Amino acid sequence: MSKRIIIDPITRIEGHMAIEAVVDDGVVKDAKSAGTLFRGFEIILQGRDPRDANRLTQRICGVCPTSHATASALCTDDAFGLTDKAPDNAKLIRAIVLGANFLQSHILHFYHLAALDYVDAVGALGGLSPFVPRYEGDYRISGKANAELVSHYVQALDIRRKCQEMLSIFGGKMPHNVGIVPGGVTEKPTEDKITNFLWRLNEIRDFVDNVYIPDVIAVAQNYDDYFGIGKGCGRLLTYGGFDLPTGRLFKAGVVSQDLKPEPFAKENITEDVTHSWYADSSSGKNPAQGETKPQLDKKEAYSFLKSPRYKGQVAELGPLARMVNNYVQGDAKVKELVDSLLGQLGAGAEALFSVLGRHGARALEAKFVGDAMVDWLCALKPAEPVIVEHKIPEESEGVGLTEAPRGSVGHWMTIKGKKIDRYQVITPTAWNASPKDDKGQPGAVEQAIIGTKVRDKDNPFELVRIVRAFDPCLACSVHLLDAKRNELGVFKAV
Amino acid sequence: MVTKKYPVVWLQGAGCTGCSVSVLNAVSPKIQNLLLDEVVPGHQLNLIFHATIMGGQGEPVIEVLKDTEKDRKGGYILVVEGAIPTAQEGLYGSIGERDGKHLTIEKSVAELGANALLTIAIGTCAAYGGIPAAKPNPTNCKGVKELFAEKGIGTTVVNLPGCPLHPEWFTGTVSVILFSGLDAVQLDNVGRPKLFYGQLIHENCPRRADFDKGKFAEKLGDAGCLYKLGCKGHYTNADCAIRQWNNGVSWCIKAGSPCLGCVEPEFPDGTSPMYEKVTFEDLK
Repeated sequence: MSKRIIIDPITRIEGHMAIEAVVDDGVVKDAKSAGTLFRGFEIILQGRDPRDANRLTQRICGVCPTSHATASALCTDDAFGLTDKAPDNAKLIRAIVLGANFLQSHILHFYHLAALDYVDAVGALGGLSPFVPRYEGDYRISGKANAELVSHYVQALDIRRKCQEMLSIFGGKMPHNVGIVPGGVTEKPTEDKITNFLWRLNEIRDFVDNVYIPDVIAVAQNYDDYFGIGKGCGRLLTYGGFDLPTGRLFKAGVVSQDLKPEPFAKENITEDVTHSWYADSSSGKNPAQGETKPQLDKKEAYSFLKSPRYKGQVAELGPLARMVNNYVQGDAKVKELVDSLLGQLGAGAEALFSVLGRHGARALEAKFVGDAMVDWLCALKPAEPVIVEHKIPEESEGVGLTEAPRGSVGHWMTIKGKKIDRYQVITPTAWNASPKDDKGQPGAVEQAIIGTKVRDKDNPFELVRIVRAFDPCLACSVHLLDAKRNELGVFKAV
Repeated sequence: MVTKKYPVVWLQGAGCTGCSVSVLNAVSPKIQNLLLDEVVPGHQLNLIFHATIMGGQGEPVIEVLKDTEKDRKGGYILVVEGAIPTAQEGLYGSIGERDGKHLTIEKSVAELGANALLTIAIGTCAAYGGIPAAKPNPTNCKGVKELFAEKGIGTTVVNLPGCPLHPEWFTGTVSVILFSGLDAVQLDNVGRPKLFYGQLIHENCPRRADFDKGKFAEKLGDAGCLYKLGCKGHYTNADCAIRQWNNGVSWCIKAGSPCLGCVEPEFPDGTSPMYEKVTFEDLK
């Protein structure tokens, strides 16, 4: 007999999310992921000064604001005709600020969002709030090893804080930095700031090398069945990001399980809305022409997330996508990191498409980005400019594509009469947590859940471990509105 | 000495989690001290609900809210982060499922607020509506105090605005309450503790000398007072200039950015366009 497992709220993610899984004979047959908050950022942005988009869109998400700041700055640069004019210092400082927040976000994600599914906090600290209530049963690490992991949970609170302190040297403050602006950045790279940043970064890199990566390996060794759980759609997409004077750190591309790279073109992105609460007339559009027209009397819809697709196909975004794309495009450092980890774990490349593959890729990416930041800091030129002067055009269009800790993010803007006429954002979680599309293909998280064997329906560890491995960020998913069951029938179109 | 414990329920509404992340950045005390230790001798917080960090999920954590409201009436502190969407009977935002129905942010804040010892509205969204309530306010978002007034809820609300708030505005307010009691928290006319929001940015700004000498930055990245570039420091009430951000590393104006006025009730509509000058004449 089929049973319905509802987990609402899904906690230890960013934002408001619910999961519904239909389980038949212990196996998930169907799944729905839904967000439970809608704010309407794209509607709020209409009619505003285009420069303010950078400050406002950052506030979409307090965990990855710098990614929205970067996407918005690239988008505004494009619309203002500044893409080729931003000074090298500006490119480097934007990348350094974004990189610092990658480190913060990845460490926060592993220790403070995901780890409590694997590490027995209660065993080490006792039954304290907020660690109880919790799922019981499948905690496989005990004694000294467990106590050490719990102590790293506490240590990681300091380390992630220090990432934000480091970031604010150039960003001014965190969350919501003020340094990234259209045309460049506001803060100058003096020698004392560069040295100060480097020494803070050294402490973080030491933690990544000697604590974070070993802890991910320890978890993987104790939960090695999770190399075979949560495979997902098997198609990895990245827009590319970290635009440096010498090129991009992360290459754009699409790669499937055959590990053959395909080039990426933004024109191939469309958003379906058949299963979303938007008018069907807006289905299948590229975000440059995208519309956000709520329509709530649609029977087949169950989410206000649209369904972004690439050439009509489902794709997964995030650290795994970035690392695999760089790997298959011949990035020597990434290849060395990934091969070394797989070797230590005795796993093949196919194991990357899994819950543990996602955690492993994220940890390696923290090392890859953190190490690269040293070079960026050393390339800064203290006496040279950080920003280029600019004017708001009467009419224009822009696109800004970059990477957020949890996957690619894109901003699209149209300016009319020097004001924002249209602003569209597609976030990584919109891709990963999307509902079924026009062809009925489930989204990436839904596909990762479907087919999973649930051992204990009262403590469905498998489901939350799969969902959290994607590092969902629901506040980012700006179109989102709760869309569970038939209660949406009570909505009136707004 | 017996430790006095204060249960804390932290609800997230229409927001970005940025205020939670900012509180994670607290230094003295650190977040681990807030979670595990006596914040001041003899007094300890007991965070029983916070969706971003709590161990559990699903129905059991919603039960925690039910039990809190019933069993600890008048004995817990409610912290609200994010605005409260009220359009469509609150269905634009829900924090979970209860008894087969959406538990909306509006309903949970009202229910838990009515029985709380006090409510702390953390960040500009919870205090005054903030960005989700910006024009055209698609989901009819409100701040906590406005919601309480409409529903006849008399619980004291302390506003700690900021986008996000400074972590010490939270730990400092908690300290005043634990050491000296709620009555010792002196609020200004928009519900903010005067201890943190009692002076203008302009009064303590390190670029004040530039303002007085008429040395103004003409474009971003220039030295000088940022008044002509849209700085809102001359009517923004907060101690950022003295306290600075992220463990004293920097803050907006130090990094060459105008103050956005993010602690003010009119943020962001009344402080936009953000990079356009607001004169002293305009303020009259």
